[in-house]
Amino acid sequence: MAQTALNPKVSLPVSDWKKWLGVFPFFLFAILFLVLPSLRLVIGSFTNNEGQFTFANLLQLFQEKSILDAYWLSIRISAATAIGGGIFGFLLAYSVTVGGLPKPLRSALITFSGVASNFAGVPLAFAFIATLGRTGFVTALIKNLFGVNLYQQTDFDLYSFWGLSLTYMYFQFPLMVLIMAPALDGLKQEWREAAENLGASTTQYWLRVAFPVLLPSILGSMILLFGNAFGAYATAYALTGGRLGIITIQIGAQIRGDVLHNPGLGYAMAMGMVVVMAISLMGYSWLQKRSERWLR
Amino acid sequence: MSLLARIRRIPFWSWIWFILGALYFLLPLYATVNFSLRMERDVIGFKAYIRAFEDPEFLETFLYSNILALLTIIASIILIVPTAYWIRLRLPEARRIVEFITLLPFVVPAIILVFGLIRIYSSPIKIPFTDIRLLQPLTTFEVGTDILIVAGYVVLGLPYMYRSVDTGMRTVDVRTLTEAAQSLGASWFTIITRVILPNIRAALLSGALLTFAIVVGEVTLASFLGVPAFGPYLFLLGQHRAYEPAALSFASFLMTWLAMGLIQLFTGGQGQAAGTH
Repeated sequence: MAQTALNPKVSLPVSDWKKWLGVFPFFLFAILFLVLPSLRLVIGSFTNNEGQFTFANLLQLFQEKSILDAYWLSIRISAATAIGGGIFGFLLAYSVTVGGLPKPLRSALITFSGVASNFAGVPLAFAFIATLGRTGFVTALIKNLFGVNLYQQTDFDLYSFWGLSLTYMYFQFPLMVLIMAPALDGLKQEWREAAENLGASTTQYWLRVAFPVLLPSILGSMILLFGNAFGAYATAYALTGGRLGIITIQIGAQIRGDVLHNPGLGYAMAMGMVVVMAISLMGYSWLQKRSERWLR
Repeated sequence: MSLLARIRRIPFWSWIWFILGALYFLLPLYATVNFSLRMERDVIGFKAYIRAFEDPEFLETFLYSNILALLTIIASIILIVPTAYWIRLRLPEARRIVEFITLLPFVVPAIILVFGLIRIYSSPIKIPFTDIRLLQPLTTFEVGTDILIVAGYVVLGLPYMYRSVDTGMRTVDVRTLTEAAQSLGASWFTIITRVILPNIRAALLSGALLTFAIVVGEVTLASFLGVPAFGPYLFLLGQHRAYEPAALSFASFLMTWLAMGLIQLFTGGQGQAAGTH
């Protein structure tokens, strides 16, 4: 501020409301295309078919079995891929940062993770059909190597819980790598040396020093992965053609035509999703703040 | 060093994780390429690619999606650069609320956004609290739908674009540049277009490429708003063809790779993640 005082032209007092005019277009845009549409769903979920205020839609949300099942399936898939992707992504990030692998492998992994975490939707679904579908490459490979037909001799089905989870993993664990690699870089060499000087073994160092420091960051990232999978629609739709009833697919059906025969219930379903996403984002940012205490 | 000690120095588990990761990355790609090359019986060839690229509908939808991406990028820049600039220069008190808004798309996923957009803009636009119609419903005419979808894409890209631009502005001294330009008599428009934009071009480019990666293959908004974009086309093609979609999927992967590779090149830093899954 002291700098500007030197130049009277810039520090010219502008009345408060005029200053806010500069961000008016941004706010107008946000209101028109983000706030209003969201608000419409919120209002809709508190409105009955006659246009009156009601809590009935929200209450019904917890009674309709098909909707509860859809939420539950979405939550299970998101949790499975967040935990699985989180652990695997962490191990990968570990292997290229402090794990002692050659440097070039690190940049290769980071680049590939950037691509894979952005590679989703229809092409990803098709890639997995070519890999693990009935005539997929890996399906055939397993049949030739081990004599096991995945689709006849096991319960495996690409168009089911595990199939969709495996597909989501393709963009989940790379995201974890992208977040965890910088965090692992933040582990200071001095901590390790200090621990070793005090007689700690490698295991002790990891369990008592490194892991506790990294934990908020790991949990936070897993929550982010959870939200990432929870909001996903295109990949699941392209893979299963809408047969696997996760919550986003149910909402999609509700947009196409009022399948619940109650628009208000549809809005409530959408709002429930937003609430889950909001809770996970808050959890993420809280953990992120905690992790910044040690890692910068 | 004895052989045993040397073997012990090899980070065995690190290699295991890395190889597993590499397999997870590469197997689906290999399977897709392998499949896409086998359109003709017992021949390895590019027939599926030729067929796919020759389809006039492919060209139309792909071109359309690229135009949408370009419009989205232009609209985002026009919207975000002056805002981020103004916040840095004059209105730091708006930072928190603007950053909050740019995070909202994480809470409102594409499927919810399109739900809300359709419900709001499928009725005519009136002046609030009156019955005076300004415009017919946006979803009922082509330009209206295009406006709606570009706006939706700007929202989806908002977190990434804003962060890119804001990071870019952090590295240049916005205030000094502005003062220098003003003392030479430059207008606000000139300052933004001729001074600020060129100084943050690397950040803009990375935000733009990320937006591009989001928009070109996007399915959710495009299919619910019913626009002839590449994402829905690829989805429909997959319903009744086998080899061409595989070919186009691999091509999309290469495109994503190109976009991300360019971002790495320009920012020289960590990879970025966005996406409409």
